[in-house]
Amino acid sequence: MKTGVVIFPGSNCDRDMIVALRNVTGQEPLRIWHRETEVPEGLDLVAVPGGFSYGDYLRSGAMAAQSPVMRAVKDAAERGVAVLGVCNGFQILTEAGLLPGALMRNAGIRFVSRDVPVKVASTASPFTARYAEGEEVVIPVAHHDGNYQADAETLDRLEGEGRVAFRYSGECNGAARDIAGIVSENGRVLGMMPHPERAVEPAHGLEGGRRLFEGLLG
Amino acid sequence: MKTRVYVTLKNGVLDPQGKAIHHALEGLGFAGVNDVRQGKLIELDHDESVSDEDLEAMCRKLLANTVIENFRIERSAA
Repeated sequence: MKTGVVIFPGSNCDRDMIVALRNVTGQEPLRIWHRETEVPEGLDLVAVPGGFSYGDYLRSGAMAAQSPVMRAVKDAAERGVAVLGVCNGFQILTEAGLLPGALMRNAGIRFVSRDVPVKVASTASPFTARYAEGEEVVIPVAHHDGNYQADAETLDRLEGEGRVAFRYSGECNGAARDIAGIVSENGRVLGMMPHPERAVEPAHGLEGGRRLFEGLLG
Repeated sequence: MKTRVYVTLKNGVLDPQGKAIHHALEGLGFAGVNDVRQGKLIELDHDESVSDEDLEAMCRKLLANTVIENFRIERSAA
């Protein structure tokens, strides 16, 4: 499986993502700089990693969503390339309109950095295909703006279409309906606040994220 | 010319920062404040050729996230 990782000024989880993808796929991920106007042909997955792209100016993910590379990522998504946005990557995907809703300041105001139990809410997408529905896995979160919000109609639609991929088991950041991750209509784009790339190998102490990447291997 | 764009959270959207400010004001002994909402003020210095429609488009595309925020445009000749 060929993968690429987008890197913005201020990304800081790109290396973790690269290591996780290399570990699971056995192939070296391509690095895609934010000024690129095209995503290389032949990629199966583009990952938009966590961090503080462009210093989180204006709103988390707002500036990155307007960068040349995100137009290219949108085009790639339309071609059916899988796209994974984690943390700041999730914020960028919502700001870019690839996923609905918005990520606001955590309801408790504090930055939340801990391992959280999340429930697999739907196994309909390739990202969650290797999990059992309702299964609980522990994945770390580290964010200030992870409070997922959308209007009631959008939330109902996401739930009705089985597009809520992960939910927090218990309070985390105030997210509407405890939503931790959602997928696009075709299931090929996943945005999530928890960091699956930090739960891939024994050295991490957690391996709850590994199957997310393995699901993409088919 | 100058334009001010006020970006505020939509009604009903929880504003944790506003809540914290409110709490801090109470802590300082200021009574009678019923609610605090925090927003952004963005000042644009621009040519006259920039139309109201342009400003509206700027707000919708970038300055505000209309999923959670409202915006108000104040155009002045000064």
